Amino acid sequence: MLGLNKRDTSFLLIVILLTMTTPFLMQPFAENSPLAQFNGGYPDLMAKVAIFGIFAMGFNILFGLTGYLSFGHAAFLGVGSYAAVWMFKLLTLNVLPAVILAVIMSGIFSLLIGWISLRRSGIYFSILTLAMAEMSYRLAYSVLTPLTNGETGLQVRPNDPRILDSATSANYPNLFGLELSSSYHWKVLGHDFTFNVGFYFCAVIAIIAFYISMRIFRSPFGMMLRAVKSNQQRMSYTGLDPRPYTLAAFVISGMYAGLAGGLLAAMDPLAGAERMQWTVGGEVVIMTILGGAGTLLGPVLGAGAIKYLENIFSKINDNVLDGWFSFLPDTVREYVVWFFSRFTGEGWALTLGLMFMLVVTFLPGGLVEGGKRIGALFRRKPKDDGDDAEHPPHSTPHVAE
Amino acid sequence: MDQILLQILNGLDKGSAYALIALGLTLIFGTLGVVNFAHGALFMIGAFCAVTLQKILNLSSVVLDPTKTDFLGNPAKVKTPYVETWFGHDMGAALIDWSVPLAILFSIPIMILIGFIMERGLIKHFYHRPHADQILVTFGLAIVLQEIIKQFFGANPIPTGAPDAFKGSFDFGVYMGFDPNAIIYPYWRMIYFTFSLVVIGAVFAFLRFTTFGMVVRAGMADRETVGLLGINIDKRFTIMFGIAAAVAGMAGVMYAPINSPNYHMGMDFLVLSFVVVVVGGMGSLPGAVLAGFLLGILESFASMNEIKSIFPGIDQIIIYLTAIVILLVRPRGLMGKRGVMEE
Repeated sequence: MLGLNKRDTSFLLIVILLTMTTPFLMQPFAENSPLAQFNGGYPDLMAKVAIFGIFAMGFNILFGLTGYLSFGHAAFLGVGSYAAVWMFKLLTLNVLPAVILAVIMSGIFSLLIGWISLRRSGIYFSILTLAMAEMSYRLAYSVLTPLTNGETGLQVRPNDPRILDSATSANYPNLFGLELSSSYHWKVLGHDFTFNVGFYFCAVIAIIAFYISMRIFRSPFGMMLRAVKSNQQRMSYTGLDPRPYTLAAFVISGMYAGLAGGLLAAMDPLAGAERMQWTVGGEVVIMTILGGAGTLLGPVLGAGAIKYLENIFSKINDNVLDGWFSFLPDTVREYVVWFFSRFTGEGWALTLGLMFMLVVTFLPGGLVEGGKRIGALFRRKPKDDGDDAEHPPHSTPHVAE
Repeated sequence: MDQILLQILNGLDKGSAYALIALGLTLIFGTLGVVNFAHGALFMIGAFCAVTLQKILNLSSVVLDPTKTDFLGNPAKVKTPYVETWFGHDMGAALIDWSVPLAILFSIPIMILIGFIMERGLIKHFYHRPHADQILVTFGLAIVLQEIIKQFFGANPIPTGAPDAFKGSFDFGVYMGFDPNAIIYPYWRMIYFTFSLVVIGAVFAFLRFTTFGMVVRAGMADRETVGLLGINIDKRFTIMFGIAAAVAGMAGVMYAPINSPNYHMGMDFLVLSFVVVVVGGMGSLPGAVLAGFLLGILESFASMNEIKSIFPGIDQIIIYLTAIVILLVRPRGLMGKRGVMEE
């Protein structure tokens, strides 16, 4: 189906099914149960998972396949957001043109940046992209204020021209009149499931993005990108120039980032320069590595895990911890609560950093590799696996030097 | 002319910070071959050493003094720092006043210890991993260190003053034969610059004139051969890591009065100091120092109003722009050696 083999088709169908049932999956606990705080089925959070999933998927096409570690992808996210908000302001609050323009603008921008920074590789490439992103961020804050509205951020205002919208049309981002923020609540068995238009819009786009990235992974083009990663020198000896391939991968991943930026603006029509800061680019690096770089599902898993945990951890405050450890004697509990509160609430970033370090150190393949290892524990090993202790199979490094 | 001198002077303090951080980065890269993204965090920890020492010295005993009353008529609380009770009033007050320079002594052992722990505990395991992995794990470490500092010191900048003797500015122009009031320069920045020159000189002298430094330089050139000669080069490289951490820490301590320390100052300086290292040439110590001062001065020239009116916004991006141009035109950097990290 759709140019995929049987295994990939079922894989895609599973992903579609999982995406479509996210409102159920992320809301597993009843509303009044004590575990309700672990529910993540809010439209805002679910849409963020889908959006950052797209962002990480795109980043993975560059980093996972070619091994070029870019710290500057936040710039494309920001460009996408700005483009989308300008479309809202000038043309219409319908999200489709906005998202399309976001993709096109970030594509052009990433072509420019990629053309320059791909002249170098390795750490120099990382630093070049870092410098580019930081430069765009600084410019967006200072000189480009007429375009970006500086510190305040670009917003949709009632007196914007919006030439395609009539006076009666909706005042919020919509899809042909259907407002993205509208949602349908289904209360059943004490559960409260929210079906949000915005989330489903993002989810459908995420599925399309996933399909495209799957096709890229399986295509001869994807094979070329892997060749760039495993040995660029040998590739050029065979008479192939790696640059067009890496540039294409860079532009594609930039467009993914722009798409994510456009969707962020569609969910909340506001674009600020802080979206371009290099730490945001660092976040997508963390997501991709945590999930598993170079795998199809990994980045999406990483984005989902980080956004979900961020939400949960930020909600756990001292009172909640007190409740959990109420079985301990008071003096001990005080210390235990103090200790855990370092990692929750405000301390979420600390947990994230630790988690990331552990994954990089012990599980370079990320969550996907972890899943595989656990799966291998339960599977019976076939005898002629060549899996003897003296010659363990070498795992391929997930990044190129 | 005085304008030009003023801008050069203005660039020196930032340039000194860039040079010191870049020097440490290059030391680590040159010896261990590790790209340390957590180096900015070490700079930040140094600044917080100054904050901590100031807080320790300011620990006070609170005594109710019945002879004085506050505005409600209750006996006023009189705070007396412990150091003042121990060493007498004048000595104690002087100690508090001089907390930032004292913090250098306080920070050196701490930073060396942190450096040892970092190298032995974490970075040791990444020598044989790709550079990308080293970047990623030290990036994670930078986040962790920054968040720990944030937990203990809060998110707001903490003002940490220079000693009273060095507060304020002096008329530098008069000494150089310019008109009075043409070049007013803060004392502390002058001290920062002098201090950084001393530290840089000390590091170079250490590498140049001691046996230890000679071995380290030999190890930088050819690690295996030095190892074959029966020298434990790993141990010496670990010590160099500690020294690099101490250099970054001292840079941070002395920078505290210039810019109130906050938890993300490390990340702010990190990007810039990487750019500095790349401009100077990966693995070249003089290159790192030169590029640090050059970029600092360049930045201050770009923030002149005359230049800003021609190229608006140039002051924000000049460093990055320079780095991009240098990387594309002269990939090895200003003083980079052939064969070091050339793809």
